[in-house]
Amino acid sequence: MDLLEYQGKQLFSAHGVAVPSGEVAETVADAVAAADRIGYPCAIKAQVLIGGRGKAGGIKIAAGRDEAEQHAGAILGMDIVGPHGEGPFRVDRVWIEGGSAIADEYYASVILDRGEKKLLAMVSAKGGMDIEAVAAEDPAALVKEHIDPTRPFTAAAARPIVESAGLAEDALDEAAEALAKLAETAMAEDATLIEVNPLIVTEDRDVVALDSKVTIDGNALYRHEGLAELDAEAIDDPQEAMAREKGLTYVKLDGNVGILANGAGLCMSTLDVVAQAGGAPANFLDAGGGSKAEAIVDALTVITSDEKVTAILFNIFGGITRCDEIANGIVEASAQIDLGVPLVVRLDGTNSEQGLAILADAGLPDLHQETTMLGAARKVVELAGGAG
Amino acid sequence: MSIVVDEKTKLVVSGLTGREGSFHGLRNKAYGTYLAAGVTPGKGGQDVEGVPIFDSIREAVEREGANTSMIFVPARFAAPAIDEAIESGVETVIAITEGIPVLDMLQTYWKAKEAGVRLIGPNCPGVLSPGKANVGIIPAQFFDPGKIGVVSKSGTLTYQIGNELKQAGEGNSSIVGIGGDPIIGSDFIDILKLYEADPETELIVMVGEIGGDAEERAAEFIASEISKPVVAYIAGFTAPPGKQMGHAGAIISGSSGTAQAKKEALEAKGVRVGESPTETAKIAVEALRGS
Repeated sequence: MDLLEYQGKQLFSAHGVAVPSGEVAETVADAVAAADRIGYPCAIKAQVLIGGRGKAGGIKIAAGRDEAEQHAGAILGMDIVGPHGEGPFRVDRVWIEGGSAIADEYYASVILDRGEKKLLAMVSAKGGMDIEAVAAEDPAALVKEHIDPTRPFTAAAARPIVESAGLAEDALDEAAEALAKLAETAMAEDATLIEVNPLIVTEDRDVVALDSKVTIDGNALYRHEGLAELDAEAIDDPQEAMAREKGLTYVKLDGNVGILANGAGLCMSTLDVVAQAGGAPANFLDAGGGSKAEAIVDALTVITSDEKVTAILFNIFGGITRCDEIANGIVEASAQIDLGVPLVVRLDGTNSEQGLAILADAGLPDLHQETTMLGAARKVVELAGGAG
Repeated sequence: MSIVVDEKTKLVVSGLTGREGSFHGLRNKAYGTYLAAGVTPGKGGQDVEGVPIFDSIREAVEREGANTSMIFVPARFAAPAIDEAIESGVETVIAITEGIPVLDMLQTYWKAKEAGVRLIGPNCPGVLSPGKANVGIIPAQFFDPGKIGVVSKSGTLTYQIGNELKQAGEGNSSIVGIGGDPIIGSDFIDILKLYEADPETELIVMVGEIGGDAEERAAEFIASEISKPVVAYIAGFTAPPGKQMGHAGAIISGSSGTAQAKKEALEAKGVRVGESPTETAKIAVEALRGS
């Protein structure tokens, strides 16, 4: 799960990384009241999970009360599109924080390097801009060092990294301390990514995290109660929220072909084959192993609640999952809910013959059986009609 | 020969007294795998259908000569269980458990490395060497003994491809599910190395998916170190960036980890990449018979 800027900053603060003090607000009136308490000038920042907020007009400085009201009004409710066309993300809250007197802007991050199986610390003296562009144009300006997983990563261990990044001499101690604490935050909070851009040095020569980008490992949420609550409230897509409640692995996409498969790999492959057949998948839904009738009912409920869906494909390869159980689930689901759209079913693997027989006996209207993945994909695309 | 598991495998299952652990452990035994023992702390002295249960993996190693450990315990207890296995004296640890926190695995990965223990998984279906041994949850009925080595991040996708190979009359030396988590004990490269050295394996099928750069690294490795033909399949061409597609590791971050980039990296090194599981199996059969 990804944290909003202010949520990340609250984590930083809990681990001793300096951040500007601020407040979160969901209405213009609350934002203005918060700005009054914080004092002027202050920054009013859109809280959405996407970069490029500044360019999109989602970050403004207010010199006084009138500007605070004007900016909060403009930012709350605006739609922000990411630099690569992501979104749009509707702004439902802003973060108001005290203005900082910036002397230098740096970059610092701690990320999980899957290939090397280590945390990787990265520091650059060229902060405040797109770090991928810095890395591409001037790779030497971005210093990368892996963190030894068998030793504590102290400020002393961090010091050579900030030194070789060429940060200002009088900021080195505090920057090393900040980097060590960011790594500590990652380890303590199960973060797989922590990025601070910019990490600033103020005119008083204090090192402060002016932004935050944090990704928490979903597998570890059971041991971080507060973060788990944030995760639950973060889902604003109705289908994704419903799927989460029912314990299904579901990702909403843009198309009109509803998809259910068992296993993450087979499900991704099914999306690909449907796309190859000219269709547009509406979702990813992994029914998992041992999919029982109840899970099928839940899955179909979630898929059909997406109004775009005009046909559904079931692609099952039974291993541990038994195709006769899946077939029973489909029959049961059809009795419980009105699908209203055609269903294409491909059952292969364990007990597929029994499964196919169960479906044939049930004589469900608008149910189409196919024997191959490709055949099933072509059929469902034909039935779904043009992309909705 | 086969790789990772075979007739010399003496298996100890952590979690054998649990519902999933006993179902799959006994299934592995029924397939012919030598199931030496189970481990559940506090249940030492009991047995599961005649298989002795010990309090610790080390005991199972000392008393029953276990050399391979399978981990089937719930996610929040799994990393310590893998650590215990690493320190117990077994040669191989196969971790089936899904949902282990990734930073726990980071520590565990290096413990395994240091101890010289081969770790497969976590969040993987295990390893099957047809006709010899099955350790994990791979349904063995879809695979015959043969010359094709399979290494895969995905379970059901592998069954799909394996079944098509079987229908085409071909079989497998081994099938290794390495898992779809961000940090896994053995990557494509580790398994490719074993297949290269295995005289029974004549061709390798590699099944990847979006996320990370293991496929790109494997492409480099294949070009310099693998003499046997490799056929690949990659899942996730339609996956949008930033969305986790089921597996914890299956996520495209920024511009890296896309299926297209992986396909191109593999093709640039002469690896043929199938468009679908069916086509991948077809290419593998043709390449095997043509060589």
